[in-house]
Amino acid sequence: MASVTGGLLAKARKAIRENARPIRRDKVIGPSRLPVLLLFLPPALLLFTVFVMLPMGEAAWYSLYNWSGYGRPTEFVGLRNFEVLFQNRAFHQALTNTGLIMVVSIVIQVPLALWLAMLLAERFPGVVAFRLIFFLPYVLADVAAGLIWRFVYDGDYGLFAAIFGFFGMSAPYVLADRDLAIYAVLAVVVWKYFGFHMMLFIAGLQAIDRNLLEAADIDGASRWQRFRYVTLPLLAPTLRLSIFFAVIGSIQLFDVVMPLTGGGPLNSTETLVTFLYSYGVMRMQIGFGSAAGVVLFLICVVLAFTYKRALMRND
Amino acid sequence: MNFRGSTILGAALATTGILGATMAAAQTEVRWLHIEQNPAYLSVWEEIAESFNAQNPDVNVTMQFLENEAFKARLPTLLQSNSAPHMFYSWGGGVLRAQAENGVLMNLNEAMAEERDGQPWGESFNAAAVDGLTFDDNLWAVPFRMGTVSFFYNRELFDQAGVNADDLTDWDALLDAVETLKEAGITPIAVGGGERWPVHFYWSYLAMRIGGQEVVDNAKVGEGEGFGHEAFIRAGEELTRLGELDPFQPGYLGATWPQTLGLFGDGGAAMILSFENTVGTQRNNAADGVGLDPDNIGRFPFPMVEGGDSQITDTLGGLNGWAVSVNAPPETLDFLAYFTNLENQQKMAAAEMLIPVTTGAEEAVVGEHLRGAADQLAASTWHQNYFDQDFGPALGRVINDISVELVTGNMSPGEAVSMLQNEFALQ
Repeated sequence: MASVTGGLLAKARKAIRENARPIRRDKVIGPSRLPVLLLFLPPALLLFTVFVMLPMGEAAWYSLYNWSGYGRPTEFVGLRNFEVLFQNRAFHQALTNTGLIMVVSIVIQVPLALWLAMLLAERFPGVVAFRLIFFLPYVLADVAAGLIWRFVYDGDYGLFAAIFGFFGMSAPYVLADRDLAIYAVLAVVVWKYFGFHMMLFIAGLQAIDRNLLEAADIDGASRWQRFRYVTLPLLAPTLRLSIFFAVIGSIQLFDVVMPLTGGGPLNSTETLVTFLYSYGVMRMQIGFGSAAGVVLFLICVVLAFTYKRALMRND
Repeated sequence: MNFRGSTILGAALATTGILGATMAAAQTEVRWLHIEQNPAYLSVWEEIAESFNAQNPDVNVTMQFLENEAFKARLPTLLQSNSAPHMFYSWGGGVLRAQAENGVLMNLNEAMAEERDGQPWGESFNAAAVDGLTFDDNLWAVPFRMGTVSFFYNRELFDQAGVNADDLTDWDALLDAVETLKEAGITPIAVGGGERWPVHFYWSYLAMRIGGQEVVDNAKVGEGEGFGHEAFIRAGEELTRLGELDPFQPGYLGATWPQTLGLFGDGGAAMILSFENTVGTQRNNAADGVGLDPDNIGRFPFPMVEGGDSQITDTLGGLNGWAVSVNAPPETLDFLAYFTNLENQQKMAAAEMLIPVTTGAEEAVVGEHLRGAADQLAASTWHQNYFDQDFGPALGRVINDISVELVTGNMSPGEAVSMLQNEFALQ
C-alpha cells in the first residue's frame, strides 16, 4: 500500500515537474526581453530608490540619533527616541485619534458613500449634477477646506454662530473645546472624503450586470434582498478597495487638521502625522520625529499587508 | 489667438527672459528672508531695499517671505541648500546658537570691527542688543529690534468696572481686578490660546517675578536645582489660579494671535499681555481697521508676586536680528549696515514698528506706549529673551505646552515641572 501511494506520488511529482518546466522556461529573461528591461527598469528603479527607499532608510537611521537637523547626526542614542515617544501623552492621543478616524471612516463614511452611490448610480435627470455636488468637497484643496471649516465653526463670526444666534443661543466654540474638537474634525473628514468613495462605488455599481438584478427581481427578491445577495457580493472588491483607501488615508491625515486646529487644543486633535510635524520638524528634533515616522511607517506597512493578504487576495 | 500671434508672443517672452537673466547675472543678488506680514511695516522695508538698490546698481536686494511657522520648519533645510537666504530673521536664543554651532552662519565679529560712518559698525548699536546675540564672544546676527512684553488695557472698560490700573502692581491685585471686571460683565483678558505661546508669557513672567534672574539662568544651563526650583512650581500654581478665575474670552483655546489682538482692538476684552507695538497691531486687526483710540489704551508692567525675588524693572521681551548665512556675498553686510543706519532705524521707529537698537534712533520712537516701552527697556535691570526662543526650539515648545495645560487646570504644577526636567535631560 505504502509503495503504491509512494509510486503515485512520485508520478504526480514528475508530471508536475514536466508540466511546470515549460512555464518556468518561459519566464526566464530571453535575449528579446533584455533591452526592454534595460530601457524601462532603471528610471523607475532609480526614482523608487532615491525618493522612497533612501528616505525610508535615512529616517530609520536618524531615529537612532539625537539630531537637530543641522550638520550630520553624530549623537547616537540607540532606541531612546522610541522610548520617549511611547511615553509621550500627545503621541498616545495621536494614536487614539488616528484609530478613531479610521473607525469613523469605515463605519460612517464608507456606508454613507455606498448609500449615496446606490441612489446616484441610476440614470435620472439631474444625476450628474448631484454626483458633482457630492464629489466637490473631495476636489477642494485640503488646506482650503480646513480654513473654510475653521470659519464655519467659529463661535463669534462663523456659520455656527449665525445658526445658534438665530435661535437666540450662544454658539459653542467647538474647535476650542478639547472634548468636542475631534468630533468637529471627524465631521470635516467625512464630508471631505465621502465623495471619493461614492465615486468608486458608482463605478463598481455600473459594472454590475443588470440582468442579474433583473433575474432576482423576477424571482421576487425584495429591494433589500437584491442589495444584500446580488449587489453587495458583486461590489465586494470595490468595497474592500474603498476600505483600504479609507484606512491608509486615516493614518496619513494631516492637511485638513493643520488649518483647522493645528492639533490643539491641548493636543486633542493630534493625528500621527500632525504629531510628527509638530514634535519632530517644528521642534527641530529630527531624530525624534524620524522615530515617529518609523512607527507610522510600520503601522502603515503592517495594516496594508495584512489587509491585502487577508481580504484582497483575489481582487 | 491665432498660431502666429502665439509664436510671436512666445519669442518675445523668451527674449525678455534671456535679457532678464543677463541683467541679473551682472548684479549680485542679496536674498533677504523675512516673516513680516504687516503691510504698513513691509512698505517701509521695501522702500529701504529699493533705495539701497538704486544707490548700488550692481546689487539687487530681493525680499522673500515665509509665514512664521513655515519659516521655522523650512529654515534648517534651506540653510543647508544652495538656495540659502543670505540674511534671515532671528529671535536669537537656542535656535541661533544651534545654527552657529553647525557652521551655517557667518561670524560677524570682523564685520562689526570695520569702520562704517566713522566708527566701528558694532559700536553703533545698543550694547545690550549686541550682547544678546553673542555666544562665546562671537556675534551671530545683526540686531535691529528690541521689545518688551507688558499689559495693555482698555481705559474705558477699566473705568466702567471701577478698576484702577495704578493699583495693579502685585499679582493678587491683578487677580482681584479680573474678578471685578467679570462682575461688571467684561471679559478681563484676551489671550491667543490656540497658538500657545501667548500663554507662555504668563508662565515666563511669573517664573521671573518669583524666582529672579539666578533661578532662571540656572534652569537654562541645568545648574543648581534647574527646573526643580520651587519658583517654577509656584509659577505653575499662580498660573492655575489665574485660569481658575476663567479670565479669558470664550473659545480662547482656539484663538489665534491676530484674532486676539482684534478682540482687544474691538473693545471685547479689558486687557492683553502683549508686545510693545500693540497700539499699531490692535488697529490692524480690529474689525473696523481703526481699533481703540491710542488715548484709550493704557499700559502697565507685569505685576510683582508676593515673596518673589525680583524687581518690577526686570523685563521679558524679544531681541531680533538678521543672521547672515556663511556663504552670503559681502554686499549682504553693506545692505545690513544701510538697513540699521540711524536714518533707517529712525524711519522704522517713526512707523511705530519697533524699538530701534541703533544708538540715537530711540528718539524717533513715536507713540506714548512704544516710547514708554523703550524707556522701560532702557532702564531694564534684567532683560530676558522670550523663553520659547531662549530655551531652544524643543524645550521652548514644551514651555508653551505646559503653560496652556496649567492655565486650563489640565496638569498639576508638579507634573509640568517634571515634564520640563525630562525634556531638559534629553537635550
